[in-house]
Amino acid sequence: MQDSLKSTSYHRLEQKSKYTNIFLRWFLYFILILFASYFIFPLYVMIVTSLKTMEEIRQGTLLSWPSGLNLESWAVAWGGRGYGAGDTFLRPYFWNSIKMVVPAVFFSTFIGAMTGYVLTKWRFKGDQWVFLFLLFGCFIPFQAILLPMARTLGVLGISNSVVGLVLVHTVYGIPFTTLFFRNYYVSVPTELVKAARIDGAGFFKIFFKILLPISAPIIVVTIIWQFTQIWNDFLFGSTFSFGEAAPIQVALNNMVLSSTSVKEYNVDMASAIIAGIPTLIVYVLAGKYFIRGLTSGAVKG
Amino acid sequence: MKTLKIEELSKNFGSTEVLRKINLEIDEGNFLVLLGPSGCGKSTLLNIIAGLETINEGNVFIDDYNVSKVEPKDRNIAMVFQSYALYPSMNVRENMIFGLKQAKTSKEKIEEQLEKVSKFLQVDQLLERKPSQLSGGQRQRVAIGRALVREPRIFLFDEPLSNLDAKLRVEMRREIKKLHQQLKTTVVYVTHDQTEAMSLGTRIAIMNHGVIQQNDTPENIYNKPSNIFVADFIGSPSMNLIKGTLKESSGEILFTASGSNVEIPIKDYEFKDKSNLNNKEIYFGIRPEHIYFKKSNEIDFEINLRANLSEYIGHEQIITFDYANQEILAKFPSTIKIELAKETKLFFDITQISLFDAKTDERI
Repeated sequence: MQDSLKSTSYHRLEQKSKYTNIFLRWFLYFILILFASYFIFPLYVMIVTSLKTMEEIRQGTLLSWPSGLNLESWAVAWGGRGYGAGDTFLRPYFWNSIKMVVPAVFFSTFIGAMTGYVLTKWRFKGDQWVFLFLLFGCFIPFQAILLPMARTLGVLGISNSVVGLVLVHTVYGIPFTTLFFRNYYVSVPTELVKAARIDGAGFFKIFFKILLPISAPIIVVTIIWQFTQIWNDFLFGSTFSFGEAAPIQVALNNMVLSSTSVKEYNVDMASAIIAGIPTLIVYVLAGKYFIRGLTSGAVKG
Repeated sequence: MKTLKIEELSKNFGSTEVLRKINLEIDEGNFLVLLGPSGCGKSTLLNIIAGLETINEGNVFIDDYNVSKVEPKDRNIAMVFQSYALYPSMNVRENMIFGLKQAKTSKEKIEEQLEKVSKFLQVDQLLERKPSQLSGGQRQRVAIGRALVREPRIFLFDEPLSNLDAKLRVEMRREIKKLHQQLKTTVVYVTHDQTEAMSLGTRIAIMNHGVIQQNDTPENIYNKPSNIFVADFIGSPSMNLIKGTLKESSGEILFTASGSNVEIPIKDYEFKDKSNLNNKEIYFGIRPEHIYFKKSNEIDFEINLRANLSEYIGHEQIITFDYANQEILAKFPSTIKIELAKETKLFFDITQISLFDAKTDERI
């Protein structure tokens, strides 16, 4: 008697928890879909608008589907309309940005790796102070250094040039890249360096042969971080360059804001997407290493 | 000629004194274990011998040659680390020959050494594997192999077994012992594990607070500890130390524990200095394994003590007795039945005792 009573009440409990679980699961999906659409919505609007003609934009709504695959606005954004003066398009500035971002990412990553290596594996008196001052660099608002930097670039004779922007971005990337590499190398046992020293390897050999080959995760993190920062930078670009030397974000701004006649939303949207594509590509290619690299230092002993 | 000689060596990290006037000598082929609690400076001393740390004062000689300012790679030493420190991006072969390549050794010589050592350590099947694909014991062997291919004058081991599980540790300990028996290379080995030190070393230097407390054979360290620190550090459970006074009467020396009136006659004890023993405050030291439950020797001292606590640990048991309000531990085979809360007849083996000055903590 007692036993059967118990088993029915357990059965009821089991049913109850089953329904609760189903409800919670659906609720979870609902929330997730809500947030996902919240983030996807702007991208959707950008893409459909870029594929519409101006006529469609004026008549349709923001969300309506384009009538066809109309790529003309993309061509205009990338290559212009072909009539001389006043025609701004992205192609030359896109290459400016590439010429700026590749060396700037390379140098800042390399110098950050080197500095992180020294700060963790070749400790010296006062090294924590050096690191602390480097960290200040992460917190200094970039606006504060615009004037001294402009002066420095002027003295060096590289103002309003891609080389000047490479220098600026390299210098202001070092605090971040150093922080990344330092935190990664802290978790690499110093005994590796000791073993290599006994084996007869020197400062550079230890760095290139032993530490660098195991730094792939943090290199990916640094490259993504630096690429995004430098590619998306507008402040330095607009301050230290103008005209032909400007990077893509400055050109995008000029295109969108300085149009004198009718606002061409489709071209604006296409330009904005073009300006954003390289960072997207970097994320898609290296994204899975990004999370892994960010956490690996903490998890690995 | 001494293979390794350390002379008046001192080392500070800022204002912390890590090593104080260390003097140490090792003859060719010896296995010296540096043993001590963590923070005693033993690893720093090893790093100094390797040349990985600078010296504040004093000198290090290898084969009578002052190497105090010589780079690690030119000291003719090899080191095995606690974390093995195998280069993660290289396979076993590259790991083992990295040092030889740095030293610009000829290709034939490298191959010859690699083959010899990898066969000897039975890692010749693993040469193409990465360290991450090896088990703990295999990593350990590769790390030793990397040291061996260099044919060093001195091997330095920095707690090489402490990352292994208990079973493997015992196995690897035997392998290291065999290795030393076969190669007869001089070894300096750092550990905090007394069993490891006792079983491996031909000499043990016990360190505490940057000072060598005793540098002796394992037998002497165990039987004749030179001060209370060593007596307490070696042995498990550690030596019972009973505070009391010595009395000299008509040629006989007697020990009385404070708070007790039992007089224990001290016979056949090798005093360092026989004078001024009367009324001396001392610690009477006897190891748990030298307290017996039956008489084994004519001069065994018979005493009745109350058993308070029994700890069963398989092949033996540790019983806690009360002696003049002090806990005395004794180790018996687990087959012996001892009743708690009752007086038990015990025998102190007087031939195995150690006496320490209560003021200086030194052996008398």
